[in-house]
Amino acid sequence: MKTQIRKIVTFVEETHREMGQNVEPAVRRAAAAAVLENPFSGRFEPDLALLVDIGEELGALLTARAVAALGIDASRVESYGKSAAVGENGELEHAAALMHPKFGASVRKILGKGAALMPSSKKIGSLGTPLDIPLGHKDAAYVRSHFDAMEIRISDAPRAHEIVLAVAVTDSGRPLPRVGGLTKDAITGTDGLR
Amino acid sequence: MAPVEIRKQLVSVEEIYHEGGPRADRPLRRAVILSVIKNPFAYRYVPEIVDFMKDLEPLGLAMAQRLLSAFAGDASRVEGYGKGAIVGEAGEIEHGALWHAPGGYAMRAVLGEAKAIVPSTKKVGGIGTRLDIPITHINASYVRSHFDAIEVGIPDAPRLDEIVLVLAMTSGARIHARAGGLAASQIKGEDGLR
Repeated sequence: MKTQIRKIVTFVEETHREMGQNVEPAVRRAAAAAVLENPFSGRFEPDLALLVDIGEELGALLTARAVAALGIDASRVESYGKSAAVGENGELEHAAALMHPKFGASVRKILGKGAALMPSSKKIGSLGTPLDIPLGHKDAAYVRSHFDAMEIRISDAPRAHEIVLAVAVTDSGRPLPRVGGLTKDAITGTDGLR
Repeated sequence: MAPVEIRKQLVSVEEIYHEGGPRADRPLRRAVILSVIKNPFAYRYVPEIVDFMKDLEPLGLAMAQRLLSAFAGDASRVEGYGKGAIVGEAGEIEHGALWHAPGGYAMRAVLGEAKAIVPSTKKVGGIGTRLDIPITHINASYVRSHFDAIEVGIPDAPRLDEIVLVLAMTSGARIHARAGGLAASQIKGEDGLR
């Protein structure tokens, strides 16, 4: 692997009740995050190809980890998202190189499908910076019940020379969706939007 | 028996390969499970609360079993443990103390012989409160390489009338342990201390 990983953290969150109502089956979401060395820490590097390749490696690795943490078949994933926090000796463009050119394709290799844009967020941060990973339905971005976000946090990362890169997947939308809009039963599934 | 009402659960597993030193062939694994439950004593002073410890035993056992699955169900891979509680602001610290007995009982039930006291911490806090769970060796509290702590928390818990209950297990020493003291190989294993 081109990636130098210091640690990997997975999170699984299950919501059984919300506002006094039972949620059956529980809504479940998982995130997998890698703390990796930033190869371009502390200097301006015009060519970010190495980070693009690292993103390709980690897209597959983190997606497989998150799906395994949920304990479901990859085909049952309903929504997804990604996020990165770059330590202070790096730049925002490093997160972009990891997440945008090749990352999505390697995620979709694991999931099988994924016509919709994979929503993302990025920031420069320090130890313990929370990541709010945006979530959207993987086949139709406009499915309103699946607009969501998952907060994760690693208390000792990213150090100045590191990057935290995370993938989140779910087997469901919000716990008690009732604001209308496109539902997952009504997905056409051709354009990634509806 | 009063039913224990669970709103949500979070499982988090950390795999640490290095922290700036040599990379470990087998990463240190640190796993935690958090359950957000309703505090049956919120908003008032209830003198008699000890029966709730019995009510918490099945939940404790289920949490410990789920945590052990992060170690492939193999109790021999677990070397450190800890526990904790965060009580929402309509409760009192004494409600968190109800977790001591069932939490410890649950760990021993799944780990078999575990001689050392399960270290713990607790606090009253608002949503998103972080708690540093202390970790020590399961058979000898003085094993210095296994002194550790894991920071936990959930962005939307505990609400005022909730309690977050936490169990933690680890697979071994700090990743670059080299601060001397009693080693795991020197444990006598008679008193739970050395």
